[in-house]
Amino acid sequence: MTDDDAWMTDGDDWATDGPASARWAYGTGFRDPFVDIDLSAAPTTDPEQLAARCLMLGDDALVYSHRLQQWITRLPELEEEMAVANIALDLLGQARLLLTRAGHLLGTDEDRLAFFRSEHEFRNVRLVERADADFAELVGRMLVFSTWRLELLRRLRNSSDPGLAAIAERGATELAYHREYAAGWVVRLGDGTDLSHQRMQAGLEAFWPYVDELFQPDPVLAELSPELADPAALRSDVDAVLDSVLATATLQRPSAAPAAGVGGRTGRDGVHTEDLGYILAEMQSVARAHPEGVW
Amino acid sequence: MAPAGESAGAGPETSTAVAGAEKPTATAVAGEGESASALLDRARRVAESVTDPELPAVTLAELGILRDVIVQDGHVHVTITPTYLGCPALREISGDLHRQLREAGFAEVTVHVQLTPAWTSDAITAEGRRKLAAAGIAPPRPVARGPVPLGLPGRRDPVACPRCGSADTTVLAPFGATLCLALHRCRACGEPFEYVKDI
Repeated sequence: MTDDDAWMTDGDDWATDGPASARWAYGTGFRDPFVDIDLSAAPTTDPEQLAARCLMLGDDALVYSHRLQQWITRLPELEEEMAVANIALDLLGQARLLLTRAGHLLGTDEDRLAFFRSEHEFRNVRLVERADADFAELVGRMLVFSTWRLELLRRLRNSSDPGLAAIAERGATELAYHREYAAGWVVRLGDGTDLSHQRMQAGLEAFWPYVDELFQPDPVLAELSPELADPAALRSDVDAVLDSVLATATLQRPSAAPAAGVGGRTGRDGVHTEDLGYILAEMQSVARAHPEGVW
Repeated sequence: MAPAGESAGAGPETSTAVAGAEKPTATAVAGEGESASALLDRARRVAESVTDPELPAVTLAELGILRDVIVQDGHVHVTITPTYLGCPALREISGDLHRQLREAGFAEVTVHVQLTPAWTSDAITAEGRRKLAAAGIAPPRPVARGPVPLGLPGRRDPVACPRCGSADTTVLAPFGATLCLALHRCRACGEPFEYVKDI
């Protein structure tokens, strides 16, 4: 199967799952969604470096989406089931396009990148790897993740890479809904009963050591968007939102020290927590057992 | 961020195209004695009449996700845009376009996906909004441009009930049965209703 076959839907093939759309994993049966975006201009950023950034942002969304999917059927109310499933689906959509864009630059495709890379090749931040201990931790981490990613994507909407810019523009508006959902629950639990307050605070403390990693300076991202040239500005915008929500929720901002990497290397360098191996084992096992399989 | 917001808000040109056009007869065969412009008109009318699988009250054109229809040597190229990046209905939409165009005599059809400008709920046409409301689905409020405000509970304008018109409504679930819907309830008439999220 060639790259051209991905995303393609010609003639009758779409309906019969014939060769053109036979993708064992997703099978959207569409032409490349970037077909109308002119990607031919020589990128101002080194293609390998650009691909690495698409992988970073794509892996964040893919791994976090998987963690959210694991909550389905375990959430406290039907409404929360729908919300978490919708949010996981939004992030999966973002991940697919980001991996597709990386695939253009690396001569591969989204399925190869999602299912046939090993732990050390994933570039997601470690924050997305943890399993949530309870619903408080879920909404707390979602608040931080969606606030940070929203600010990041907003700044990438005018990226020098048109592919990345297109994903960022659409993705940012989706994240505003995720953030609002998470913020609503953080306030409800934080400013709720003594027990809910205590558990919400404990939820924040649990993942907070991994928040610092979100703001590591990245010269390539700064090159892709001048708005990202100053990581301190990104952090202060994120902090302003978090502080406002935490104050309304009567919660304390955790002061835990950042989790150390290995020799200064963390998720972006392919150095992960133990959790990622379990996630990938679950996510990739079928693809790896049937590498030529289609459906 | 204003330029990006404006370009998204401009909406696709096809969104204002003929709404609710009558379906052409399925017996016609593409290209036989038809001028190129007549062929294009017919292909366009067929594509515009295809309804959304998740919001069957409105057509793709009324929803603002139909971006372009062109015919090259009898081959129809339709361009659509996703409402949400993860929208799982794209495949169904593509299938519906293929089937209905084929029934109208167009043997060769390709569906393309376009990402920019990003879809916004502002692209839903006036006719589309009317049809949504008639189907009991509240149409979206205008999208607020500029910095993305954090709307903690209780800070957002209410959505009017599509059944009784009351503004005394509340959010039951911010995420509904599909990516583009939320679930609200009217306190005046007591009925729950779906709302197309403004995005």
